[in-house]
Amino acid sequence: MSASARDLGAFRIKDAGRHTPARTARFTFDGKTYTAMEGDTVASALLAHGVHLVGRSFKYHRPRGILSAGPEEPNALLDVSRDAGRRQPNVRATVQEVFDGVRIASQNRWPSLKHDVGAFNDLLSPFFAAGFYYKTFMWPKEAWHKLYEPFIRRAAGLGEAPKEEDPDHYTSRYAHCDVLIAGAGVAGLTAALSAAATGVSVFLVDEQPEVGGALHFDAGTTIDGQNGYEWAQAAVARLKAMPNVTVLTRTTVFGYYNHGFLGLVERVTDHLARPGRDLPRERLWQVRAKRVVLATGSIERHMVFANNDRPGIMLASAARTFLNHHGVAVGRQVGVYTAHDSAYEAAFDLKRAGVSIAAIVDCRSHPGDAVLAEARALGIDVLTGHSVINTSGRLRVSSMTVARNGGSNARKIAVDALIVSAGWTPSVHLFSQSRGKLRFDEQNQRFLPDIYAQDCVSVGACNGTDDLSDLIDEAIAAGGGTLALTGENSFEWTGGMIGAAEGAGPDTVVKAFVDFQHDVTAKDIRLAVREGMHSIEHIKRFTTNGMASDQGKLSNMHGLAIAAEMLGRPIPKVGLTTFRAPYTPVTYGTLVGHSRGDLFDPARKTPMHALEAAEGAEFEDVGNWKRAWYFPKRGEDMHAAVNRECRTVRDVAGVFDASTLGKIEVVGPDAAQFLNLLYTNAWDTLKPGKCRYGIMTREDGFVYDDGVVGRLAEDRFHVTTTTGGAPRVLHHMEDYLQTEFPHLKVWLTSTTEQWAVIAVQGPKAREIIQPFVEGIDISNEAFPHMSVAECTVMGVPSRLFRMSFTGELGFEVNVPADYGPAVWKAIWERAESMGACLYGTETMHVLRAEKGYIIVGQDTDGTVTPDDAALGWAVSKKKTDYVGIRGLKRPDLVRDGRKQLVGLLTKSPDVVLEEGGQIVADPNQPKPMTMLGHVTSAYWSENCGRSIALALVAGGRSLVGKTLYVPLKDQTIEVEVTDMVFFDKEGGRIHG
Amino acid sequence: MRKYSIFAIAREAMRAHKGWEAQWNSPEPRSSYDVIIIGAGGHGLGAAYYLAKEHGITNVAVIEKGWLGGGNTGRNTTIIRSNYLYEESMDIYEHSLKLWEGLSQELNYNVMYSPRGVMMLSHNVHDQQSFKRHINAHRLYGIDNEWLTPEQAKAYCPPLDISKTARYPINGATLQRRGGTARHDAVAWGYARAASDRGVHVIQNSEVTGIRRGPNGEVQGVETTRGFIGAKKIGVSAAGHSSVVMEMAGVRVPLHSTPLQALVSEPLKPIFPCVVMSNTVHAYISQSDKGELVIGAGTDQYNSYSQTGGLQIITHTLDAICELFPIFRRVKMMRQWGGITDNTPDRSPIQGVTPVPGLFVNCGWGTGGFKATPGSANLFAHLIARGEPHRLASGLTLDRFRTGRLIDEAAAAAVAH
Repeated sequence: MSASARDLGAFRIKDAGRHTPARTARFTFDGKTYTAMEGDTVASALLAHGVHLVGRSFKYHRPRGILSAGPEEPNALLDVSRDAGRRQPNVRATVQEVFDGVRIASQNRWPSLKHDVGAFNDLLSPFFAAGFYYKTFMWPKEAWHKLYEPFIRRAAGLGEAPKEEDPDHYTSRYAHCDVLIAGAGVAGLTAALSAAATGVSVFLVDEQPEVGGALHFDAGTTIDGQNGYEWAQAAVARLKAMPNVTVLTRTTVFGYYNHGFLGLVERVTDHLARPGRDLPRERLWQVRAKRVVLATGSIERHMVFANNDRPGIMLASAARTFLNHHGVAVGRQVGVYTAHDSAYEAAFDLKRAGVSIAAIVDCRSHPGDAVLAEARALGIDVLTGHSVINTSGRLRVSSMTVARNGGSNARKIAVDALIVSAGWTPSVHLFSQSRGKLRFDEQNQRFLPDIYAQDCVSVGACNGTDDLSDLIDEAIAAGGGTLALTGENSFEWTGGMIGAAEGAGPDTVVKAFVDFQHDVTAKDIRLAVREGMHSIEHIKRFTTNGMASDQGKLSNMHGLAIAAEMLGRPIPKVGLTTFRAPYTPVTYGTLVGHSRGDLFDPARKTPMHALEAAEGAEFEDVGNWKRAWYFPKRGEDMHAAVNRECRTVRDVAGVFDASTLGKIEVVGPDAAQFLNLLYTNAWDTLKPGKCRYGIMTREDGFVYDDGVVGRLAEDRFHVTTTTGGAPRVLHHMEDYLQTEFPHLKVWLTSTTEQWAVIAVQGPKAREIIQPFVEGIDISNEAFPHMSVAECTVMGVPSRLFRMSFTGELGFEVNVPADYGPAVWKAIWERAESMGACLYGTETMHVLRAEKGYIIVGQDTDGTVTPDDAALGWAVSKKKTDYVGIRGLKRPDLVRDGRKQLVGLLTKSPDVVLEEGGQIVADPNQPKPMTMLGHVTSAYWSENCGRSIALALVAGGRSLVGKTLYVPLKDQTIEVEVTDMVFFDKEGGRIHG
Repeated sequence: MRKYSIFAIAREAMRAHKGWEAQWNSPEPRSSYDVIIIGAGGHGLGAAYYLAKEHGITNVAVIEKGWLGGGNTGRNTTIIRSNYLYEESMDIYEHSLKLWEGLSQELNYNVMYSPRGVMMLSHNVHDQQSFKRHINAHRLYGIDNEWLTPEQAKAYCPPLDISKTARYPINGATLQRRGGTARHDAVAWGYARAASDRGVHVIQNSEVTGIRRGPNGEVQGVETTRGFIGAKKIGVSAAGHSSVVMEMAGVRVPLHSTPLQALVSEPLKPIFPCVVMSNTVHAYISQSDKGELVIGAGTDQYNSYSQTGGLQIITHTLDAICELFPIFRRVKMMRQWGGITDNTPDRSPIQGVTPVPGLFVNCGWGTGGFKATPGSANLFAHLIARGEPHRLASGLTLDRFRTGRLIDEAAAAAVAH
């Protein structure tokens, strides 16, 4: 697309800037179309068209313009969208690059940016002093939540959050390097050249699209005899060609964590008109660097004076960036207000580009001689020892009121832009995040790195090194190499101030903004101090200074100085608020990356999962596992399917996938002794070829896990755990093995996923598996209940358990996971032909409850002893030590009246209790009621022809036969306490 | 203390707010006090306030090593609820919730208690069993909490994704409507102002370095960086550093301190009406009155006193949040930070007497201390004044770790089979 020079904006300066005139892009701002040059930021493109008003402030809805040209921007936060799903609120206009077709909208205004009803707040601002909301809105009591808060919430907040799911994707990379350099200005580039030449691996990272840092605006610098900016581009080209160097632009180091660990975010597509679909929008880099070189530069501060926030008032360096980099003049009649020499250079550049300079107002009496001389040579009026004490202009600054310091000789000077500088704040954010300690440089009124906490070095402006040749030497040394390089600035800079300037003065009426976005003024900070806020953290929190999305990049130092002055204490005594990550806001999606859906938390599936799905299984989430829940046949609901499965298992047999049970191989000469210490019952007496049910308690004596353990040999046990407990039980075992019992020769291996486990349960179980089992006799006599053997099943090496969680004759066939589907298919084919069924976890739950078998985590909750769970028989009385033995002897664990697991039968057999229902003796007592316990398991039992339940009840075993009540939301259910076995009380079936 | 009101603001607005007085005193410490409370967080300042107000004990100092409210009071995610499981927990958190309801008026300081509802998501059968147990207990105990279907949950909190295809689909939720949030700093400041008004000394920037004991083992005062200060009674309420302070008196408390991280987004217009928590995916979220999405996570895995945490905890938390609320993927994290939580073996607090005469302890609030602030402070004051616990806090004794009478709120969320 081509455009005439006029289309590109009336404030474009011919032959200025570094963009290519032929390459343009069209965009809209609040519905109006504009043309920009490729390489423009939204800010530079709007300024080219003379648009300064871009937003409204947070609290007073004051008109706001573009203050900076970088990530510190507090005002120009815009809503940027590509399409409906790709809409981003709170984007800094000074960072967002223009691309063809991008839609930009202002925020926090209604009905329009120029006529915003919220600006009424500005008139009420005398009421809205810092922290006013703590002092009112308290009457009547309910009104805060119902009336005031909704009002405040609507008024607060800037952009609108996206309402559609983000169609973009994000990715993540991990990397290691010898040296990571944050910032690619002169210091960073020099350090990179120096380091790269030594052959080490280097990451050079910069947040801007192009390297150069301050060279973007500082057009007067010469390096290696070359224009500074051109030198930088040549240098980075050399670096990019080196195999040991990675250069990342549009990439922000947002966090500096422990041990050289850094978080980086790379913006990949936000500047592209037509990004390829395969490109991620952003990329998270997590880099571990041996050494870090911080070359993060410094940020110019604004001047704090009355009405310093009007559109058209901006940082001097920003105006210089817009001119020298983007070719845009910020006005035609520009005022300058400064406490630092650097702003003079902005005035010189503008003047040379044909912009008229209304005056340079310098609050100092003695600026640098060189800049004064140059100003005179260019015919610029300089007012030293003067201040700007006010400005006017509703939607854009139209004049500045200038007076001699002290207030005399005040006069208005017409301007259409006012550029300001209070000096430069070193960017020590990352240094502070690394937990380094700062010192206060009294002479230059700035905090600088002092004591390093990590292998890290700061170079250049962020280290307070202002002189270019010193900076180059420092950077070469930081890079660890040698390099012949010289540089020269056009001027030496001095000056700077922090705190309120003349004109903001001690006055408590004027609005001299410290924090633009949050509308914090100098008087707010003084008020906080008057109200007893003497810590900078209190001042920050009370006024919200530095808590906006720019996190105080411009405001913190001013706020601190104003507070210090008010307190009459030196700045370092008042303290500095903590610099927290991230340096600039980071998209959630970037931090999430691919961790979405199944990759968020990968679901675990058993080897037979697909076969079960093909049989129509519904699955339930159990921990990370997907377990077959029930197998509905055509037309069956869950209830019908479970009833059929329950009946079939007891009448014929059922096949169940038990693969998810945790499995740990415990091996070694001391294996039995180790299990003796980890479980409450005895293991040395268990003979190879036999299994035993074991209970594991924690140190506190409460049930931690349970499972059947088979002894395969003297020195080898096959331990099973609950499905959810598998990882923590292994961890628990390892913990004890390594810390308490390191003398034991035992090795632990998780084998959960190595075995596929096919449980066959029911009267016909033996008949079903008989033809497949090779090498052993599985008759009742040869292979009774609680036996284990190694054998082959269909030729596959296998571990066969005779065990049961249903109370029926049962086997569990363990085969290597890869063989699971084949063995399952064969067994199921035969089982099906014999009238058996597949069953899922729900039927398993019902069948075990019919037998009074507990599920740890459902019938126990971490406050239940083995005895409470009616498992006292599994606690050895002879052993002298095991984990939990002392805990179990504590007075409260042996007292009468503990909650004990019992059975419950509803008086009305058709009523199924609610799991989690609370149990009381008297349902008519007043609240708070005395609760005796709760229902842990409750099912319809098809085999019993009625409902059944298990419950923890205080003194439960002594209440058998008594009537209790379960008051639910809309009914109270009468129940009788029973023992825990509801089916086959004699227990004969298991031995069938 | 000059009363805060809309009229006071109007009056001050007329004179450029020059008439406001300091919210709390900053006195030189006296040589001794009747009671010294170590730790000027919400619990400690609140206890001082209630000592003065309800027990007539005004010769009280609250000693703080940093700035008041700068520990966990000013670092938490401000969630308030009382829907705990065990009676001991319900007693103290419900006592607290009742005090929250009138706290702004009580202190004449708007703490912005906002009963916007705390929703806890159920993702599986086990969650459902556990939540039903809670709801039934709450109903019989007189605490509000109700079960919502996924559709009802979505209606209450529109950003929620209730599709069946989510990695952790939602099969229901509980809602405590009286639960919500408050402005954490205001709680500390409000108590400091009200306590100060009743004569309590708030002594900041003074670190306790030792606890002096007499011939019979009784406390005599504290050594501080500003010298010795005598006291007849000492209450320790130092959150993550309680174990360190208690060691000074030779008392070991069963605490382990771990960082807990949180983060906020950039300010956004209202999008999120309530508090949502999910134990299964380990995350919780609300939106502050300033418009920031306030997000918290589980504790770090290692014990530490460092108030920073690793990036991996934050990324994992955001994984969970974006899984529950996919529309938030383009939202940006603005600030992350950490605090040190003091965790007991049963995840319930300790408030009670100690083996040292005159020494009282209030600690172990772990990740739940903020919501308990008024209740804990109120009952801690009772303990210090009377020398024995209030009925509502009688189960929170240090002794329970010896007897085994634990209040295992962590166990109440035991992992399934």
